[in-house]
Amino acid sequence: MEKLLFLIPLLPLAGAALSGAIHAGLAPRKSAGVVANLAVWGAFALALSLFLGLDPGGVMIVRGFTWIQAGSFRAAFDLRLDSLSAVMILVVTGVSALIHLYSVGYMAHDEGFAKFFAYLNLFVFAMSLLVLGANMLLMFVGWEGVGLMSYLLIGFWYDREEGFAPEATPARAGQKAFIVNRIGDFGFLLGLFLLATHFGSLDYGVLKAKAASGALTPGLALAVGLLLFLGATGKSAQIPLYIWLPDAMAGPTPVSALIHAATMVTAGVYMVSRCSFIYVHAPIALGVVALVGGLTATLAAAIAVTQRDIKKVLAYSTVSQLGYMFLGCGAGAFSAAVFHLTTHAFFKALLFLGAGSVMHAMHDELDMLKMGGLKKYMPITYLTFLAGAFSLAGMPPFSGFFSKDEILWQTVRFGDPFHVALYALGALTAVFTAFYTFRMVSLTFLGKERFDPGQVHPHESPPTMTIPLVVLAILATVGGFLGLPHVFGHLNLIGPFVERSTAALEESGGLGHGAEWIFLLVGVGCALLGILPGWALYKAGPGWGERMARRLHPLYILSYGKFFVDEIYAFLVVAPLRLFSVACALFDQAVVDGLVNGTARRCDEAGGAVNKVQDGKVSTYAAWFAAGALVLGIIVLVGVLR
Amino acid sequence: MSTADILTLLFGMPGILVFLPLLGAIGILMAPPKWAFRWTVAVTLAVFAFSVPAWFGYGPGASGVAYEVNLPWFGHILGVEVRFHMGIDGLSLLLVLLTTFLSPLVVIAAPGHIRKREREFCFWMLLMEAGMIGTFLALDLFLFYVFWELMLVPLYFLIGIWGGPRRIYAAVKFFLYTLAGSLLMLGAIIYLVLQSTVIGPDGQVLQHGTAQVLELASRSPLAWTPQVLCFLAFTLSFAIKVPLFPFHTWLPDAHVEAPTSGSVILAGVLLKMGTYGMLRFCAPLFPEAFAYFAPWIMGLALVGIVYGALLAWAQEDMKKLVAYSSISHLGFVVLGTFALTTMAMKGSLLQMVNHGLSTGALFLLVGMVYERRHTRMIAEFGGIARVMPVYAFFLMVATLAAIGLPGTNGFVGEFMILLGTFESRPVFAVVGASGVVLGALYMLSMVRRVLFGPLDKPANKELRDITWRERGVLIPIAALIFWIGVYPSPFLDRMDKTLRKIQQRVVSIHPSGRK
Repeated sequence: MEKLLFLIPLLPLAGAALSGAIHAGLAPRKSAGVVANLAVWGAFALALSLFLGLDPGGVMIVRGFTWIQAGSFRAAFDLRLDSLSAVMILVVTGVSALIHLYSVGYMAHDEGFAKFFAYLNLFVFAMSLLVLGANMLLMFVGWEGVGLMSYLLIGFWYDREEGFAPEATPARAGQKAFIVNRIGDFGFLLGLFLLATHFGSLDYGVLKAKAASGALTPGLALAVGLLLFLGATGKSAQIPLYIWLPDAMAGPTPVSALIHAATMVTAGVYMVSRCSFIYVHAPIALGVVALVGGLTATLAAAIAVTQRDIKKVLAYSTVSQLGYMFLGCGAGAFSAAVFHLTTHAFFKALLFLGAGSVMHAMHDELDMLKMGGLKKYMPITYLTFLAGAFSLAGMPPFSGFFSKDEILWQTVRFGDPFHVALYALGALTAVFTAFYTFRMVSLTFLGKERFDPGQVHPHESPPTMTIPLVVLAILATVGGFLGLPHVFGHLNLIGPFVERSTAALEESGGLGHGAEWIFLLVGVGCALLGILPGWALYKAGPGWGERMARRLHPLYILSYGKFFVDEIYAFLVVAPLRLFSVACALFDQAVVDGLVNGTARRCDEAGGAVNKVQDGKVSTYAAWFAAGALVLGIIVLVGVLR
Repeated sequence: MSTADILTLLFGMPGILVFLPLLGAIGILMAPPKWAFRWTVAVTLAVFAFSVPAWFGYGPGASGVAYEVNLPWFGHILGVEVRFHMGIDGLSLLLVLLTTFLSPLVVIAAPGHIRKREREFCFWMLLMEAGMIGTFLALDLFLFYVFWELMLVPLYFLIGIWGGPRRIYAAVKFFLYTLAGSLLMLGAIIYLVLQSTVIGPDGQVLQHGTAQVLELASRSPLAWTPQVLCFLAFTLSFAIKVPLFPFHTWLPDAHVEAPTSGSVILAGVLLKMGTYGMLRFCAPLFPEAFAYFAPWIMGLALVGIVYGALLAWAQEDMKKLVAYSSISHLGFVVLGTFALTTMAMKGSLLQMVNHGLSTGALFLLVGMVYERRHTRMIAEFGGIARVMPVYAFFLMVATLAAIGLPGTNGFVGEFMILLGTFESRPVFAVVGASGVVLGALYMLSMVRRVLFGPLDKPANKELRDITWRERGVLIPIAALIFWIGVYPSPFLDRMDKTLRKIQQRVVSIHPSGRK
């Protein structure tokens, strides 16, 4: 029975192989949709049954074969199911399954239909390895695997250039994602090296035991914590490595929903929670995690406020929401982070799929200024989108409210200035979030059509697309009840469950639970403060926004231009490195190879000089002979005289 | 030598692996020209078939030397008996198999780009194979040297006859550069052998001289100064072959001018002679010098990793890019070799095989588009994944192996090298790990510019996807890339004991070599 755990990654792998064969011509390409869906729904069913059968607090380890062994170090293909990985695998396979279903409709007319499903299945395979791996090396395998699939899927339409900025075509965006992630992986790898050299193992069980026994010194914990977090900033798009995620929107929309919103980008949050037993020994690392999370949340939300591209709004929103999750991790509230990860997977996947449905209806239009009034053409998309929007905006009783406020409460609870400042950033972000969310809803669905309905014929999407929307809308609406706040009584289901697998900070004073009410009300206030203007000012169209943009021009340019971080990186990092590389090439030719050829030439010249000795004239030879004999004679003579 | 000896030599393992290609080469001189390729494919496949039993014969956990042949050869040199001593151990096994595996693939791919003097080409290829296998198998210093030099000649002709426009320059440069290194090594070999005879004060021979590598490796090492000098002579010779920065400039020239088959053999097998030599000779024969100079050589390896990657990034010619990437990849191998932990040394040996596979595949792939378009300039391509999807698949697989993605062989090798290096010298591993980022940078840029983007050049629209023969060459390589990536134990377990012995030898003699 336990061995069935292996089927969770292996089913999608088999599905990928089969879909790949279908792509190569084994069967009609439409069959790939069925195969891939069966594989991932099967994996979801398995995950669900194992989840339900999991002994509370139990850990299930299933041993596989040895992968790398040398000296005392050994890493194997072992899988681990505990409360943390169980929640995560359920979210991953569940959302994946819904998005596979949606993709059948969305990708129906694409010539790469079967290839797309092969990639999606392969992604689920890698992601489940990442989640279920019993050691950090296996997590890294999955980590790189999902990175590869992200690269391939961003660049799925690799030959398209129209409609994209020249530096953000699908092919370039994929490459950027891969390389920026590699910078993060550099940190991840070094973190692994530190752990492996100090503890001789990367197995969570062993590492946890070592950490508990006190073998994990604060310095080591800090170094490992920061290095691993560098990896997380890559995969989970945080400062300073978040720049790849907005460009990643060049991929097909189901990919944006699945990989770049619901699952892969949360891997960093999962990793930090998985390694919570390290982070609780490194308060400074936790502080860095919280600070980076808080700053990223605010920065990305401030950018999302002015974007016109519906997917860009959602992308920056994702960066921002991931920031919240790290804020939670940094406060030691790993279960709150996982809770927000879960609700975010529901509502953000929903919003992306809703945006995809809109694009489907609008001939791939992304500019919200060219939409408007879609409410009446696509009511299901509108209503489900609205559920997602309320959730993202943090309106009770939608799920996002509970998970976000849990994080904010856990942050402010410390009561010290650092955490209160982080809370303030979080609250400000909440206002921004609610505002841009309802600006997006209004511009897309309300007001008058800003396109020619005679030319574009918006229509509701087929059931394969609307069914996932409805399911996700239900989850986004009620998902918050998994983790009701403490003040409502001990009704929190997800928190204590996840906490069986995560480590906890030592309790230390701070605010009492009595204060939680106040912050819940402040949370509602923040949401309303954003929702009302976002709705009221844009419901008739973008007019007000354009006036504000003119009035606050510098701020607008800063936000719309994404604070020019890409340009700064290009100027400070990419261009100098490129220049250095070209300089190296010149140096290699001129100096290194120049020395080699120079030596050869000197030898040649020396040879040439000696060559003159042998000019073929007997008289020259005779002269040399005589000179030689003379020298020899003198030497002999000197010897004799001595 | 008795008749039985001769029979063992010719038809027993491992002699047959050397003599079969040699006999095949002689046979080709008598065969009709149009049969040349088929004949050579048959011979190289036969050699591969004969080498496979060694994989089973030298199983996981095996130690010592198997399939030993040790016969008197041509009497005495410098008072030392020169013997025909060959055998397979955990160090040579995988490299011999790599050679016998790649050789038929190269010959099968050759008719695509060798379109003149085919019979001669096949002759040199077979001679080359004999030389390479002999170099890995030889356990006598003189025998090793003979094979080592023997390899130069075929490659010289492969580049010089079937190469590109600057082939003569490249061939001569390759030949002279490596020869210069080899001569120093010859000097050191002579000194080493002379030194091995120990005569007591009363003129009595206390210890007989020997040129047997394993015998020398078990004796106490040379005195410090001669040990350093001999170490440097050997290491320089190997460093040129690897090539280690700053001795690398012959490599891009040789690769760019060589025909595809020459490049595959050069990158796939020949470069490993250098790193093989470091493990076979430098470590056990000069353990103290090895440990003493380790940080310096690792420093050069690091420069090679980063510098090679930056150079690769600046290239506009696909083949040049792959050539420079070899400098970077081999830097990892040298780094691991000198890190003096079993983890890193195992990673290094595995990475030699890995690089042979992935870079071999890359050179084959570059050759395939060159045969179609007669250009290798990256800017001439773009979007060809649309017309050559199967080609794109294989190029992607080789690229992922080259940049060390988990699941491919490259990851296992790089990870072990870096982790093993981290154990002994963390700072070196940190710098080395940056090569992983740069590797993705230049390889993915190349892949994007060649495969992706719009198919906008008219000449590319007509490209045919790769043929079944070409797929037949690439499929076995891809299969091995994934096999080693997912289940490397059969490979690692076969090298374990041999490498551990080498590592112990260095570490036990020189305390500064850790673990």
